[in-house]
Amino acid sequence: MAVIRDVMPAFDLLQPSSAADAQKLLQQHGEEAWAMAGGLDSFDWLKDRIKKPKVLVDLSGIDELKGIRSTSDGVEIGAMTTLTEIANHPVIKSQYSVLAQAVELVASPQIRNQGTLGGNVSQDARCWYYRGGWPCYRAGGNICYADTPVGRNREHAIFGANRCVAVHPSDSAPALIALDAKFVIQTPKGERTVDAEDYFLGPEIDITHLNILQPGDLLTAIRIPATWSGAKFYFEKVRDRNVWDFPLMNVASATVLSGGNIDRIRIAVSAVAPKPMRLKAVEDAVRGKPADANTGEMAGKLAIQGAVPLQFNAYKIPLMRNLVKRAIVGDQAVAAGPQEAS
Amino acid sequence: MNPITWAISPWGRTVPIHIAWYLIWVMVIAGLLFMIVHALYVGIFAAPKKFAKNDSPAVLAAVPERVPRHSLVARAFHWVMAISMFALLFTAFLPKVGVKFDWVTYHWIAGLVLTASILFHVVHSSFFLDFWSIWPDRIDLRDAKRRLLRSMGKEAPPPDRFAKYPLENKFYHAVILLAGLAVICTGVFMMKRVNTFGILTRNPYIFGDMTWGMMYVLHGLAGVGLIALIMVHVYFGVRPEKLPITKSMIFGWMSRDFYLEEHDPQRWAAEKSSPPQKGYAPSDAD
Repeated sequence: MAVIRDVMPAFDLLQPSSAADAQKLLQQHGEEAWAMAGGLDSFDWLKDRIKKPKVLVDLSGIDELKGIRSTSDGVEIGAMTTLTEIANHPVIKSQYSVLAQAVELVASPQIRNQGTLGGNVSQDARCWYYRGGWPCYRAGGNICYADTPVGRNREHAIFGANRCVAVHPSDSAPALIALDAKFVIQTPKGERTVDAEDYFLGPEIDITHLNILQPGDLLTAIRIPATWSGAKFYFEKVRDRNVWDFPLMNVASATVLSGGNIDRIRIAVSAVAPKPMRLKAVEDAVRGKPADANTGEMAGKLAIQGAVPLQFNAYKIPLMRNLVKRAIVGDQAVAAGPQEAS
Repeated sequence: MNPITWAISPWGRTVPIHIAWYLIWVMVIAGLLFMIVHALYVGIFAAPKKFAKNDSPAVLAAVPERVPRHSLVARAFHWVMAISMFALLFTAFLPKVGVKFDWVTYHWIAGLVLTASILFHVVHSSFFLDFWSIWPDRIDLRDAKRRLLRSMGKEAPPPDRFAKYPLENKFYHAVILLAGLAVICTGVFMMKRVNTFGILTRNPYIFGDMTWGMMYVLHGLAGVGLIALIMVHVYFGVRPEKLPITKSMIFGWMSRDFYLEEHDPQRWAAEKSSPPQKGYAPSDAD
């Protein structure tokens, strides 16, 4: 039977005007509810009739979830703030530019006008077997079609594969991890705040979800502390085409230098694993060392330790090595080549 | 309320993918109900046990104060199997009821331990113990009928005492053998679909979607069945009248009094020096 496309299944559309109401509705309807932010991920699922929620909670009318506010300790970005607004916000551009760069590279201008930060970090995996409605592990089945001898897995994981090999597709996630952001979640038990890297889940923990949101939970805001304000930032996204594409890989770093040496650093990559990866071992290894090509070389080699390529994605290993190297030293230093230790 | 979860394969076929997880709770409730009903029956309705006894003085004189029942090797097997079984049940079903953790690796490792221990048990019980002692014999069936008639208040001769294992114990062993074989046989094949760090090469194409689906369903059905079976096993293990048997699985022996009360020396010879005979189970220490 042919799949009916572009005709969404029937659902009750609920349009709350406050975050509290939205959370209550999500709690009330539990697993039958679908929270929709910008709708760019949601409408794919709904129009393909792969996800059939009974209730759709449209968050677009909740003003309190929108906007960027300065706080005593940094900034707070409402989960429904559009990517365009974040990319153009003067405080984000001047103090947390890694996030502005990251969201500016998401998809296309039209999508950034509609897409939200909460939606970008909470979007589902883009593995085409999964998106095609096949009964894979992530869809609750018992197989990964991508991780087979003939599976098409060029875009898939080189780390953290555990039955499912889909990668996390977010561009903003590694930037938020590099900025040590906190995710604010309204739950049935009250407000919960988690570190950015703890928001994401790997398949070893929960193979059908990419994040920790449970039925009844609502991501309301993302807080970025001032800790990394004005640091030296780096963001790079590699994709097949220069617009409207998901990352083959991206990297984000925040570095504070002291006398040419790395005093503090946070670095994260995405699209290499089922969840964005903070490279803690790299951070520890480069701390106190000069931000030069030798350190970058060492960091790149360290970053790829333990990588396990699939049939068609071995290119991701040298790609990751080079991206991490560039995140440590920047484009110019890499172009100059590694310096011999004197 | 379909007990099996179905999906449409990429080729348009409706295939099973696994059991419905509500069966976990069905089995937990079934296990609890069995315990409650059994406890009420034993506590309120059941008549005291009465066996036919006709032990000669020579037989009585030959029974030591501590009757060896399980050798160290047999006990070690039992507890290794028990630990692996609990590990398998917890790693399989806790994630399904909301306790999220990295379970797959622990699950298949526990499965390998269980498989190895079962293989050992098959060899050990076949060649070093009396293989037939755990299977029901004609006397078991005759005495089961007698016990049933007497429990209903009808006239019947008192049953003989048990051989090494009571009939219920033998039935339980047969059922858990079936469930165990089902999870092991399917589980070994399922290891072909996960990362086993080189022990097996991943290849999900050795079977078709329907075969794989049936395998997952069988694995799941046997798995949830084991929930109830293990609950019942633990329940009997801690019941006061069964504690001497449980202790014998820890210390290896049971008391002379309990042995003579429950076991027939003619059917299970306690003498350490007695040669094993078919149908008669010497203690494991022999």
